[in-house]
Amino acid sequence: MLVQMLTLANAVVAATTGEGFWFPEQASTVAGSVDFVYDLILWICTIAFVGIMLAMLILVVRFRKSKVLVPQPSPTHNDILEISWTVIPSIVLVVLFYVGAVKYIDMRESPADTYDIYVTGRKWSWSFEYPNGYTDAALHVPKDRNVRLMMQSEDVLHSMFIPSFRTKMDVVPGRYTSLWFNATQTGTFDIFCAEYCGQNHSMMRAQVVVHEQAEFDKWLAEASDYIAKLPPEEAGKKVFETSGCKQCHSVDGSKGIGPTFKDLFGSTVTLSDGSKIVAEENFIRESIYEPKAKVVAGYNPVMPTYEGKMNAEQMRVLFAYMKSLSAQGGAAP
Amino acid sequence: MSTTNYLTCSKGWKSWFLTLDHKRIGVMYLTAVLSSFALGGLFALAVRLELFQPGQQFMDPTTYNRMFTLHGAVMVFLFIIPSIPAAFGNFVLPIMLGAQDVAFPRLNLASFYLWMAGAVFFLVSLLGGGIETGWTFYTPYSTTTADSSVVSALMGVFVLGFSSIFTGMNFIVTIHQMRPKGMTWFKMPLFLWAIYGTALIQVLATPVLGITGLLLIVERVAHIGVFDPALGGDPVLFQHFFWFYSHPAVYIMILPAMGIVSELIAAGSRKEIFGYRFIAFSSIAIAILGFLVWGHHMFTSGQSVAASVVFSALTFTVAIPSAIKVFNWLSTMYKGAIVLNTPMCYGLSFISLFGIGGLTGLFLGTLSVDIHLHDTYFIVAHFHYVMMGSTAVAFMGGLHYWWPKMFGKMYNEALARVCCLFVFIGFNLTFLPQFVLGTRGMPRRYFDYPERFQFLHQLSTIGAVMLFITFFVMFSYLLHSLVRGKPAPMNPWGANTNEWKCSSPPPFNNFDVPPPMENPYDHTNLVFDEKLGGYRAKQVINS
Ligand code: HEC
Ligand SMILES: [Cu+2]
Ligand SMILES: [Cu+2]
Repeated sequence: MLVQMLTLANAVVAATTGEGFWFPEQASTVAGSVDFVYDLILWICTIAFVGIMLAMLILVVRFRKSKVLVPQPSPTHNDILEISWTVIPSIVLVVLFYVGAVKYIDMRESPADTYDIYVTGRKWSWSFEYPNGYTDAALHVPKDRNVRLMMQSEDVLHSMFIPSFRTKMDVVPGRYTSLWFNATQTGTFDIFCAEYCGQNHSMMRAQVVVHEQAEFDKWLAEASDYIAKLPPEEAGKKVFETSGCKQCHSVDGSKGIGPTFKDLFGSTVTLSDGSKIVAEENFIRESIYEPKAKVVAGYNPVMPTYEGKMNAEQMRVLFAYMKSLSAQGGAAP
Repeated sequence: MSTTNYLTCSKGWKSWFLTLDHKRIGVMYLTAVLSSFALGGLFALAVRLELFQPGQQFMDPTTYNRMFTLHGAVMVFLFIIPSIPAAFGNFVLPIMLGAQDVAFPRLNLASFYLWMAGAVFFLVSLLGGGIETGWTFYTPYSTTTADSSVVSALMGVFVLGFSSIFTGMNFIVTIHQMRPKGMTWFKMPLFLWAIYGTALIQVLATPVLGITGLLLIVERVAHIGVFDPALGGDPVLFQHFFWFYSHPAVYIMILPAMGIVSELIAAGSRKEIFGYRFIAFSSIAIAILGFLVWGHHMFTSGQSVAASVVFSALTFTVAIPSAIKVFNWLSTMYKGAIVLNTPMCYGLSFISLFGIGGLTGLFLGTLSVDIHLHDTYFIVAHFHYVMMGSTAVAFMGGLHYWWPKMFGKMYNEALARVCCLFVFIGFNLTFLPQFVLGTRGMPRRYFDYPERFQFLHQLSTIGAVMLFITFFVMFSYLLHSLVRGKPAPMNPWGANTNEWKCSSPPPFNNFDVPPPMENPYDHTNLVFDEKLGGYRAKQVINS
């Protein structure tokens, strides 16, 4: 009955979503072999389970009391039987262990010639720093190239999970953990945080975009040059979006984990000690580099410091962006 | 036969709350763990309803995080771990031995009060807003979160640990010292082997949890820097400590369940249990091997590759004793005379669900596949098949098996069997879709999810509602039976272990004269008597 239910569910789900039944698309070099081992185990388990269920059903039907009336004598143990049902599963398990471990060692030990991207996880966003120092909120990688993510966390545990690549690694504060893959398909795939990290754990998602190598180089060059290329407000918007501010600060006036940036610049802010201060460049700069120095009334001091992570250029365009969000246009009252 | 029994022999609240009678303590535990089960179930229902659609339904993310944390913590620490040993172990173990009580009745009462104290700590953290760290308390989240009810919850875990240790010690000594003449180790009912194996784990593993909890409290309060990397500690160390207890704890949950199932299958098949020694030894094997596999929770945690490979290998070895048990149960049914009474139905339900729970463990033990499945809904589904589909189902089986003995009343069997079927269907409907969610990449502990996962989440929620209703009906007919139920015969299922040789409910001192030593699984001497509505020994007819 279970099997029927499964096949039924299979049909229904496949019809509603139009995907393969078990897995998302295979987009990395290891995905195929992970799925293969999965299918292998699935077959073994299905055979074992159907066997057990059939045996159980037959026994119940065949030896119902209403039919047989009294139990018939039969041996109460049988060593040959016991040994065979100990040894046969053991052999199967050794095989499973072996195929799983070999691939795992492959997946964990990265090859020598990797393209390294530094990843930072924080509540509740990811950022990806490319070799030229440019940081983005999305992971862009070249296709057919060994990429290694060097990952660190600013606060608690997170976990980098890319289902289409069949890979996952925890991001642990206080140390680098790494993860490597080789993408085999261009396109955009999901990144999830898989280790519980608090309030917005389920929003800690990002995307990985796989390009052909040439496309990737072009993307990186253009993206890195955004401060020069874009008007300051737009460049500032990009800083806002890629530095993780967006997870806590809204731009539409709604209250998030931190205060909204709408109409912030130039306004008068009440601090937790009751004093008032005007939000101009110096205060904002301090709020970003030393968030705990002056805490806004009504909020928890949870903002991480950006000391060393945001340079003067980025700060300048961020001011421009914040001014553009303010009705006063940033003119001090 | 005397007309008073352990329920009627004395009256007043003191006679209960200060009782040293293992049966009354068992009944108090039963009430307590069933209340916890109901509470944990409410939290689960809230979680499932919130997940019916993506985005926010009726609670915000923080409330959701509290709900799943409380669900996990209440179910694990207050319900499953104490459930079978503390409630049924207490009630049945001395009677199975033909003894009058456990070895240390006062210690037994003390462990009940420790349980109560632990539960109070949990309630305090619940009233303080409720913890939101996940039941696993991973650091540094648990040491840095603003939510301070973590401390009271950890105190609760610490105190509950002692309750568990005391119960375990008590059972170990009782089994060693109080077996009657002639009951050698290999003539004990298998439930006792299972309880014995469980008690060993309780005594050896629980202290580690206690220390870990204390360290976490000290870390939070005094910032000593054991687990928090910002202070020079190591968060992965916490995971080692935590799972060093919490993996064996899985066997604290499943071993006694397997013990119950051995009894249910033997009695329901009217047949001597097949491969007694193998079942008994496999309980001990599971208890020992269970200590060596904790690292399989940490394949993606940053633990070394070598450690992961070793833990994966060890993990596979635990599968063997579990498989042995399943095969032996099936063989027991061969040439039996199977009665599909409620306990037997739960026994069969257990074999199916434990089959799925155990087999899906193979996917997770296999390293390369676990990388993808870890921390997804596949894990959630797998451990619910083991903890709920297996342990809770066996618990329900035990409840229906021993209910007539405990309270001297029969419940409505037809309704009970229907409920057993609905538990089975509702359970599968809830958790089968979650395997697929997991392989497709849905992470666990997510408040919100991409739209493509919605259909499977909805199936799961419908299943959960079905389970909830079924359990409601079950509690209703059980309570109803207390008032209106037919008086239960001495031996309604025709089993031959000692608890069926005293009246239902048992007299205060269980037996005036210890029952003669017999093979606990020899059912040939028992015949069904229509008049009694139960079984009795053949000799009685002849004389
Ligand atoms: C983890 C959430 C979080 C993140 C990420 C975050 N902030 Fe904050 N921020 C807060 C909170 C909470 C406050 C209010 C408490 C305080 O002043 O520390 C705040 C306050 C501020 C203030 C003062 C606001 C006021 O109303 O006076 C500024 C300016 C600011 N943040 C800028 C930023 C910028 C720029 C970024 C990104 C580079 C950022 N924040 C990232 C949470 C966050
Ligand atoms: Cu997370
Ligand atoms: Cu485990």
